[in-house]
Amino acid sequence: MTAVEPVEPVEPVQAQADPFAGVPEDAGSAKPDPLIVADVVTRRFGGLTAVSVDHLEVQRGVITALIGPNGAGKTTLFNILTGFDKANAGTWSFDGQPIGGLPSYRIARRGMVRTFQLTKSLARMRVIDNMKLGAPTQLGERFLPALVRPLWRSQEAVVEAKADELLGRFNLTHMRDEFAGELSGGQRKLLEMARALMVEPRLLLLDEPMAGVNPALAETITHHVRQLRDEGLTVLFVEHDMDVVRTISDWVVVMSEGSIIAEGRHSSIVANPDVIDAYLGAHHATPLDRAEQDRHLAEAEAVIEAEEHALE
Amino acid sequence: MDWGVIFDDTLRGAVGMSAILYAIGAIGLNVHFGYTGLINFGQVAFMAAGSYGMAISINQWDLPLWGGWLFGIGSAVVLALLLGIPTLRLRADYLAIVTIAVGEIIRNVVRADRYREVTGGPRGIFSFADGFRDLNPLPDGQYGFGPLRYGSDQMFFRLTGWGLALLMVLVVWLLMRSPWGRVIKSIRDDEDAVRSLGKNAYGYKLQALIVGGVIAAIGSMFVDSADNEVGQLSFRPTTTFYLYVVLILGGAGRVWGPVIGSMIFWGMSQFIDGVLTQGDIVETQDVGDVRTMLIGAALVSLVIWRPQGIFGDKREIALEVR
Repeated sequence: MTAVEPVEPVEPVQAQADPFAGVPEDAGSAKPDPLIVADVVTRRFGGLTAVSVDHLEVQRGVITALIGPNGAGKTTLFNILTGFDKANAGTWSFDGQPIGGLPSYRIARRGMVRTFQLTKSLARMRVIDNMKLGAPTQLGERFLPALVRPLWRSQEAVVEAKADELLGRFNLTHMRDEFAGELSGGQRKLLEMARALMVEPRLLLLDEPMAGVNPALAETITHHVRQLRDEGLTVLFVEHDMDVVRTISDWVVVMSEGSIIAEGRHSSIVANPDVIDAYLGAHHATPLDRAEQDRHLAEAEAVIEAEEHALE
Repeated sequence: MDWGVIFDDTLRGAVGMSAILYAIGAIGLNVHFGYTGLINFGQVAFMAAGSYGMAISINQWDLPLWGGWLFGIGSAVVLALLLGIPTLRLRADYLAIVTIAVGEIIRNVVRADRYREVTGGPRGIFSFADGFRDLNPLPDGQYGFGPLRYGSDQMFFRLTGWGLALLMVLVVWLLMRSPWGRVIKSIRDDEDAVRSLGKNAYGYKLQALIVGGVIAAIGSMFVDSADNEVGQLSFRPTTTFYLYVVLILGGAGRVWGPVIGSMIFWGMSQFIDGVLTQGDIVETQDVGDVRTMLIGAALVSLVIWRPQGIFGDKREIALEVR
């Protein structure tokens, strides 16, 4: 016995260094290991520019939050990245492969799977069938093999076992054989997330996973998202609730009026004046001076007087 | 009023050639509307494509009967591609608009006097399927029991027709219990969800349109081969609407719905006819119109009180689908 075997670190994931070490907290900053890279992505609806993102990189293996006020273009950007909407311009890649212009189902097959803001559970399908639908490359989904059950029976069993395992993990086993339409709103969110995992994604895009969910369930979802990250999944999610963003995000990207205005860790984002302006408006903290107050008052009085005259 | 005669007619209507035609047509429509959620208002166009494709190819190029059948199936596939490729990427309404228009275009073209050389114009095409009767293995004589007694040929047609309908039911059942059927039914509920899970919803919708269209074409080709005549069924839009009545009556999205729906529909038609005629309730020339009115009223009541049809699951219908 001469050779000494090297001792593996007990928990390599925990032992890893901060993935964002040395990353500048600026809009459009470069990441050490980006899974998504997007450049000059533009989407216009008539005269309105809904999305105009110069550069965005999403780091692999972490939870990135995409926040911003209503109408900031978060969901539109989501739709573009996942092929549910077409951009007017721009390029974007997933894991080094350009995916601009690919139809949504091909993007999903590459491992970039999304959920929806308004949950899209398949109401008249049973919960278990919702799950089984997510499994990729099923022989029985092709027309002719579908007619011959022995061809796909064993694969179906594997798919079902995996679906049951995920249902167990998301506490939905008791609803397994119910119609998805009979689930509560929160359970539907869980189902949608579990179903997305059936696709075996490398990147999970969650569009407001906590919207309309009670606090207890939101905590459960938070727990699941974190656990998925620890298992190596990359998560990008849109969220309004800053508490949620604070608890689970490793990195925050802020959008306003279609552009990315800030990026960074949660602590630096909440202190960023641009972000505060975007959420609350530019003049929220500037007190009116005396002369301006008087002018407003005089204008209001003039209006009242004019109305009184009209009544006489 | 002779209730015995009315009852016999009702029974014969329920298993007659029209019931076979509408059962198979509605099985196809069930694939479209019941399972995939495609709103096809031109199912009759697939029937016309099948029947005319068959008869014209046999007449013009002397194809054997089976060759004509294959050509008819091919015509239905081509029609499905023509209808589906431009419209299935769009919202559901567009397929509805295009199918009803194309159904009318086909009818007006094949029945136009101008193309009589090829399509037979308003009179249709005759005597192209003489070989079909030769396939009948039954010796001459009377077959059946009770009121359902037929001559050799008529018995042969009814047996093979219902056999064909059962075969179509079997195909649909096999498809719908498979993962393919799971994708199809999911598209009915929410196409975007299906896409987000990596399934090509457009491709599946196109496949469903082809499958349902070919099934209807097969039904129409069978009945027209038995009649040895194409064009007797004038391929009006009402045919499609009756197919919807049959489908909703039996229960959309249920394997047996179209078959039972068609039997009830045609039995009921005969029953109403019998009562109206024998009871001297309306003038003979008005019987058809009054029957249509009563069937309409029955459909309205059905949709109000039993929207799931005979086989449907009320719980399933009541679920909101967004």
